Amino acid sequence: MRVTMVVDGVSYTDEVEPRTLLVQHLRETLGKVGTVVGCDTSNCGSCTVHVDGHSVKSCSMLAVQADGCEITTIEGLARDGQLHPVQQAFHDNHALQCGFCTPGMIMQAIDLLADDPDPDERTVRHGLEGNLCRCTGYQNIVRAVQDAAHRLKPAAQADREHEAVGGGE
Amino acid sequence: MTATAEPEVGKSRRRKEDARLITGRTRWTDNITLPGLLHMAILRSPVAHARITSIDVEAARSMPGVLAVVTGADLADEQGSLPCAWAITPDMKNPPHPSIAVDTVNYAGEAVAIVVARSSAEAHDALEAIDVDYDELPVVLDMEAAVADGAVLVHESLGTNKSALWVFDSAEAGTGGNVDEAIAAGEIVLERKFRQQRLIPAFMEPRSVLCDPTGEQVTLWSATQVPHILRLMLALTLGVPEHKVRVIAPDVGGGFGGKLQVTPEEILVFLLARRLGKPVKYTETRSEAMATAHHGRDQIQRLTLSATRDGTITGLKVDLLADMGAYLSLVTPGIPILGAFMFNAIYKIPAYRFSCTNVFTNKVMTDAYRGAGRPEATFAIERMMDELAAELGVDPLAIREKNWITHEEFPFTTVCGLTYDSGNYEAATEKAKQLFDYDGLRREQAERRERGDVVQLGIGISTFTEMCGLAPSRVLGSLSYGAGGWEHAAIRMLPSGKVEVVTGSSPHGQGHETAWSQIVADQLGVPFEDVEVLHGDTQSSHKGMDTYGSRSLTVGAIAVVKAGDKVIAKARKIAAHMLECSEDDLDFAQGRFSVRGTDKGTGITDIALAVFAAHDLPDGVEPSLDSEATFDPENFSFPHGTHLCAAEVDTETGRVTIRKYVCVDDVGKVVNPLIVEGQVHGGLAQGIAQALFEEAVHDENGTLTTGTFADYLLPSAADLPSFVTDRTETPSTTNPLGVKGVGEAGTIASTPAVVNAVVDSVRHMGIDDIEMPCTPFRVWGAIHGRDVDTGGSQAGGGLGSIEGGLQ
Repeated sequence: MRVTMVVDGVSYTDEVEPRTLLVQHLRETLGKVGTVVGCDTSNCGSCTVHVDGHSVKSCSMLAVQADGCEITTIEGLARDGQLHPVQQAFHDNHALQCGFCTPGMIMQAIDLLADDPDPDERTVRHGLEGNLCRCTGYQNIVRAVQDAAHRLKPAAQADREHEAVGGGE
Repeated sequence: MTATAEPEVGKSRRRKEDARLITGRTRWTDNITLPGLLHMAILRSPVAHARITSIDVEAARSMPGVLAVVTGADLADEQGSLPCAWAITPDMKNPPHPSIAVDTVNYAGEAVAIVVARSSAEAHDALEAIDVDYDELPVVLDMEAAVADGAVLVHESLGTNKSALWVFDSAEAGTGGNVDEAIAAGEIVLERKFRQQRLIPAFMEPRSVLCDPTGEQVTLWSATQVPHILRLMLALTLGVPEHKVRVIAPDVGGGFGGKLQVTPEEILVFLLARRLGKPVKYTETRSEAMATAHHGRDQIQRLTLSATRDGTITGLKVDLLADMGAYLSLVTPGIPILGAFMFNAIYKIPAYRFSCTNVFTNKVMTDAYRGAGRPEATFAIERMMDELAAELGVDPLAIREKNWITHEEFPFTTVCGLTYDSGNYEAATEKAKQLFDYDGLRREQAERRERGDVVQLGIGISTFTEMCGLAPSRVLGSLSYGAGGWEHAAIRMLPSGKVEVVTGSSPHGQGHETAWSQIVADQLGVPFEDVEVLHGDTQSSHKGMDTYGSRSLTVGAIAVVKAGDKVIAKARKIAAHMLECSEDDLDFAQGRFSVRGTDKGTGITDIALAVFAAHDLPDGVEPSLDSEATFDPENFSFPHGTHLCAAEVDTETGRVTIRKYVCVDDVGKVVNPLIVEGQVHGGLAQGIAQALFEEAVHDENGTLTTGTFADYLLPSAADLPSFVTDRTETPSTTNPLGVKGVGEAGTIASTPAVVNAVVDSVRHMGIDDIEMPCTPFRVWGAIHGRDVDTGGSQAGGGLGSIEGGLQ
């Protein structure tokens, strides 16, 4: 079947087998290997991307279902060399170790913050429940998401520029 | 800029590794494609024990895109036997371990046929067209049944399911007294049996391997912790010349010991790529990873502890059954032996005997999993300390204090003959008590008991140590391990002043690129950004022992420091020549050689350029500052810490909620506090998961019933609390950085802290043990006097989820 989708700002038209999962299409046909596969039961969330602005586990959707959709992956977040605030917060808060779950975790965190710009710890933990991490114990991920929430608030932007990030680059 | 005024070591540097990981510019093995790449899929046995009577592959051969369909019989002459590097006793039984079963399968998930096709989908389609007939054999799954008379045998030809019996006796070793005499004379004698359930390492990146046979060297990319060991083992197992093999571990997504292995899939991809003359890739599904990547733990522990009535321990006897699974993998038999030296923990135990019977069952192999032998030992002794305190009616912290090694007593040689170089258990414990509000929580616990609250409070303690920095080669030799424990490093001084550091350690999430850069930046006085760390490719990093056992910093980074010392020594000669002075007149600090008492000097990067030009070097000096070093530690390092857990247990539902978790770890000097804290967090999560959530469960036929993330309960963010972590810092005296290792600490310490808390919450109800994982079902069963099947056939996963420790 012929599908057309915009992925990270570029339009692609391809023939796909009907059984092809969106994540397979992204990785194998489009070379968007920043999005990864961590399980085969839609439990781990490593493959999370945005479809028309909402987070979706791309292993739980067929490529043909994404026909006509706009997809954003981890590779499309940074703009003009500037990291997305959530990416920056993950770096600053050491919210990743091996980094395999990180693309999905960041995509889910962005979605969570779109729903709730100022989540408390409990909300963050429940909002990330569908994304598994084996390295971090989640503490720094939670910290990063709350930090990102702070960064995304327009009023906070000015403050932050004066803040020294302890020991950072 | 050639100098850094503020030391890099000790700074919370944000990681260099992150830039590619947070943007998706990653090189996971499965991301790699090559021209003409073929894909391999594996048909796996659905039964745990059977003879293969026939395999019909004809239909599969004619499926679209299929290039090869291969069975064990086809590869029997060339596949060799998967390596086991640790013959723990001279008479250890080690049956042949094929990568693909030839005529018998011994665990569910064992490979029985392979398809190579143009796409992964086509390879998987063709698997379904393969017809295998099995003549099923009875299975043996339970360790106690496996060692009983008349047991079903995993390997008929061995005549037994016992692989080996390994014994340490302090009286025989001359390191302590006779434990039987101590127990006979004991005023208090406690006997307990604990079950260490089987766990699944569950690294997030499924394993993947790609082999390109088209070059002069065959190149194998693998999601492995051990590229160097893998290269040697490929050569030894397959008889291929070692210098014709290159192994690359690109970005590797976690391991936790689970990727410390030479896998059947690595061998099979190599063989098929060689046979077809084309690059071949295999990436496992998560379900395959759960069922066939090695598991961890799985022991039955019997402990007898004797003490005087005042609480002084007089003897400890440990008898283990350890489940090997169906075969011996790379270090399978040695894992419980690593725990042999840790049951005495931080305590002055005068008499000790450890025996371990390694047992075959029809399950996938066990092998290294975060802590590897030491969590099991720590769990058992820390549970026993609580039991002793309860028996005597004293505070469990007091009983520990009575028996632990005091800080004045270091260095202290233990009843196992290990010498603990340093430690301060009092300081860590005092700090943890303060952070935890130990006395306040004990008061609250008493009040709740008094009131008969539905939700009871328990306090769990774990004062642990571990042996890190695997390992002094002579110790490994004395334990009959098949290799040394050294590590290699090299430093290349580039003419433009930049520095390349080559390390034999092979990181997969630990942050070596950042930490090694910090160390070298300080040592050579170059900017952090000017250091590039190369690893994980046997062509650039040609020599190494890789990453496991909290060894990277304590062994690998010390090799880097030794290489740096050589660079400085070489540069000093040239600096003296350039500055026309004696080497003795030179001071080296912050990247600069200065002539003492003058303002003359030169930078080490200037010397690197001068060496590159080589126009004016002293006679007999080679034009290179590049240096390498191989470091073999004299001793282990011994991190320690005090972990305190407050758990709330709902006596009506059995639900456990961690209310507060405080740990104070002493990992010696810290290179990067941010990374250390992250390692502790992740370790805690895995140890807590053993206590409350995770268990690899098999049905009576040997089928893994927790074979997906829907059934095997990896904790999510909602299942865990925030931790309070802190440190004390007692430098190790066994290495020049004073570091001890941190990778396994959290996992080792936290499991007993949590279980002790759960048991403590209901001890007044007459309960003195609850098996792991302490699911609501098990806890409720213990409270209500119901037998909830302690044989391990009850899935912990899916039943244990708590709503986190958030209040």
